[in-house]
Amino acid sequence: MARPAPDTSNTPSGPFQPFRHRHLLGIAQLNPVEIVDLLDRAEAMIPVSRQRKTLPNLAGKTQINLFFENSTRTQASFEIAGKRLGATVMNMAVRTSSVAKGETLIDTAATLNAMQPDAIVVRHGSSGAVELLSQKVECAVLNAGDGAHEHPTQALLDALTIRRHLGRLNGLTVAICGDIANSRVARSNLILLGAMQARTRVIAPQNLLPAGVDQMASEVFTDMREGLKGVDVVMMLRLQNERASGKLVPSTREFYRFYGLDAEKLAYARPGALVMHPGPMNRGVEIDPAIADGAQSVITEQVEMGVAVRMAVLDALLNREGNA
Amino acid sequence: MNKPLLIENARIIDPASDRDVTGVLLVENGRIADVAEGQAPGAPADADRIDARGLIVCPGLIDMRVFTGEPGHEYRETLESAGHAAAAGGVTSILTMPDTAPAIDDGALVDYVLRRAGATACVRVLPSAAITKGLEGKDLTEFGLLKEAGAVAFTEGRKSLQNTAVMRAAMTYATNFDAPIIHQPLDAALAGEGVMNAGPLATFRGLKGIPTQAETIPLDRDLQLALMTGARYHAAQVSTARSAELLTHYKKHSPRISAGISVNHLCLNENDIGPYRTFFKLSPPLRHEDDRLAMVEALKAGTIDVICSGHDPQDTEVKRQPFADAAEGAIGLETLLAGALRLYHSGDVDLKTLLRAMTIRPAQILGLKTGTLAKGAPADVCLFDPDYPWIVEEATIRSKSSNTTFEKARMMGKVMTTIVGGRIVHREDTAQ
Repeated sequence: MARPAPDTSNTPSGPFQPFRHRHLLGIAQLNPVEIVDLLDRAEAMIPVSRQRKTLPNLAGKTQINLFFENSTRTQASFEIAGKRLGATVMNMAVRTSSVAKGETLIDTAATLNAMQPDAIVVRHGSSGAVELLSQKVECAVLNAGDGAHEHPTQALLDALTIRRHLGRLNGLTVAICGDIANSRVARSNLILLGAMQARTRVIAPQNLLPAGVDQMASEVFTDMREGLKGVDVVMMLRLQNERASGKLVPSTREFYRFYGLDAEKLAYARPGALVMHPGPMNRGVEIDPAIADGAQSVITEQVEMGVAVRMAVLDALLNREGNA
Repeated sequence: MNKPLLIENARIIDPASDRDVTGVLLVENGRIADVAEGQAPGAPADADRIDARGLIVCPGLIDMRVFTGEPGHEYRETLESAGHAAAAGGVTSILTMPDTAPAIDDGALVDYVLRRAGATACVRVLPSAAITKGLEGKDLTEFGLLKEAGAVAFTEGRKSLQNTAVMRAAMTYATNFDAPIIHQPLDAALAGEGVMNAGPLATFRGLKGIPTQAETIPLDRDLQLALMTGARYHAAQVSTARSAELLTHYKKHSPRISAGISVNHLCLNENDIGPYRTFFKLSPPLRHEDDRLAMVEALKAGTIDVICSGHDPQDTEVKRQPFADAAEGAIGLETLLAGALRLYHSGDVDLKTLLRAMTIRPAQILGLKTGTLAKGAPADVCLFDPDYPWIVEEATIRSKSSNTTFEKARMMGKVMTTIVGGRIVHREDTAQ
C-alpha cells in the first residue's frame, strides 16, 4: 500500500504576499521566497480539496484550458482546481478546432483573448509556445507544459509532496532518472530544487542526457546504482515508447534492465527514500509495478497535491492584490 | 548618358588596389573615369559634383547570398523591393538564390529572373542556379545552358546536398564550365530536429540542438571533393571555430576554395535568441561566443573571404510561431554594411579588410568586373558615413519583410549614396 501522507498540524493559512507575476510560465521566473509562498498557499488548499469543499475565490471568473497536446490528467486537475475555487472552466478541444485548419497559435490567442477570459491554461508541444501566447493576451496564462521546456505546476506539486514527507527541500538529494533530454518535468524540477538548495542528480543513458545538462544538475550519472546511492528522493520519468525503439534506446527491455527502477536498484537509495513519478507510468519500462505501488511510492499523493497546487497558483494569479 | 559625376573630398578605400586616399572619383559613361589623390586636375566643367567630405567612398558592395520571393512568394520580397533594400545598404550587386517557386533550375527561368530584374530592380541582379533539378539533391541541372542564360554560380540555396556522389558529380561537371559551386554544408540527419546551437542554452530552453559537427563533417567532405575535382568551391556560410581550422588546412592546397559568413554570425551569438526570439532563428544557427570570436579571427586572417547578408525575407505568418515551428532566416541587405562596421567600431577588424570581404573578394570568386574602383571598371560605388548613428526601425525597412536580427538596434555607419553603373540609385535623406 502507498505510504499515507502525514497530517500537517501547522497548516499555513496566510496572509500570503501578493503574487508579483502576471503569468506562471516557468519555475525559472520565481525566486525561492515565491516558491515557498506558493507551496504554503497550496498547503492551505489541501483541506479544502480533501473535504471536497469549494471556495469563492474565483467566483465569476472564467478559465480556459487550451491543450494542444492530449493530457487527461493535467487537464482534469486544472479543471477541478478551477471549479473548487468557483471559476467557470471551459475546455478547448484543440485537435478538432480551427488549429487543425491551419490557424496559427497567435490567431488562436487573439480569438480567445476577445472572449475576455481571466485565465488561460496552456499545454503545447513546442518549447516557448506558452510564453509566445502570453504576449498576445491580456489575461493570466498558466503553463501546463511547453515542449521540453517547463512544467511549473508539476515541479511545485513534486516539491510540496517532498516537503510534506521530509519536512524540507534544502539539503536533500534528489535523483531524476530517465528521459531527461525530452522532459520538461526534469527541467522544472532541476530549476526548483536548485533554487531551494537541494542537491540534484540526473541519471540516464548518455543518449537521453542533453548537452550541458551538468550546468542544470549538481551531478550527472549514467549508472543507476551509483547515482541512486544515498538519495532521499527518486523521481522517475516516463520514457516515450517511440524513443525506445532503436532511435535513442534499443529497446524497452534493455532500458528496464539498466535504468528501470526495481527493488534491487532502489536499495541503493537511503532507506525509506520517496519514489515519485509524474505519470502516466509505463510499468515495466521505467518502473517495476511492485515499486510503483509499493510502500515508498508517493505517486498517487502527487496527483492529489496537483489539485492543491493548481488551486493555489490560480488563486495567486487571479487575486494578485493579496488575500487573507 | 548622364552628365559626368565628380565625387570630391572623399576618403577613397579600394581594397582591390589596396588604395586608401583622400581625393576625387570621376564617373563618366557609367564607368570609373579617374581616381586621384587630392583635387581633380582635369575634371569636366559640366560635371555634377558630390562633396563627400567626411564620407568613405568604396566599390559598391556585392552580396553573395540573397533570397527573394520572386518568382513564387512575391509577398515576401520581389526583385524590385530587394533592389531598393540593397541600394539603401550600399549593395550594388546581389547574387540571388535559386530557392524560389519554381526553383531556378532551367535556362528559361534564369532568363525570366534577368528580364524581371532588368525591368524592376535598381541594382545588378546576378542569378545563381540550382545544382540539382528542383533542388531535390538527385539529378544535375544543365550547367552549360544555365551559364549561357546568365547564371553566375550554382548552389542549392538553403538546402544542403546530402549525397556525396552527387556533390562529387556536381563539382566535377562544374569544372567544364569553370563555374563556382556555392554550398551550405549541413548534415541533415545529424542536425535532426535541432533548431538552435547545441549546448547548455538549448538544453535550458528545452530546444533541440544542432551540433557544430553538423557543419564541419560535410564541410570536410566538400573540401576533400574540391581538392579531388579541382572545382571552384565556396562554402556559403560557416559558423564554427572548427570550420575555420578546416578551411585553413585545405586552402593551403587550393586557391579555388573560399568561404563566406553572414554578418549575423560575425555580430551575434546564441545568447541573442533570448526568450525564443524567432528572428534569431537562422541556418546555420547562431553559435557560441567562442565560435563567433574564431570567425572574426578567421575573417582577419583571410580564411573567411566573404561577408554576406544571408538576406532571407520571411513573413510574420511563418516567423510568429513557437521557436521550433518558426521559419529560419533574417533579412539583412539594409544592415549589411552597418552590421559589419560594428567590428570596425569595436576595434576588431580594420575597414579595408571588412570592405574587401564585401567587394573585390566576391567579385573574384564570381568572376565579375565590379568590386573595384579601378579606372575603366563599372561605376558601382558606395558612399557612407562610418560614424552616422541610427536605429533600425521596422517602419523604415524597405524590404517587404521585416524579420531583421537588428530590430531597434543602434547602428553606427550609414550609406549616404549608392551608384550603379554611374546612376545614383539611392540617396539618404539626412535632413532630420
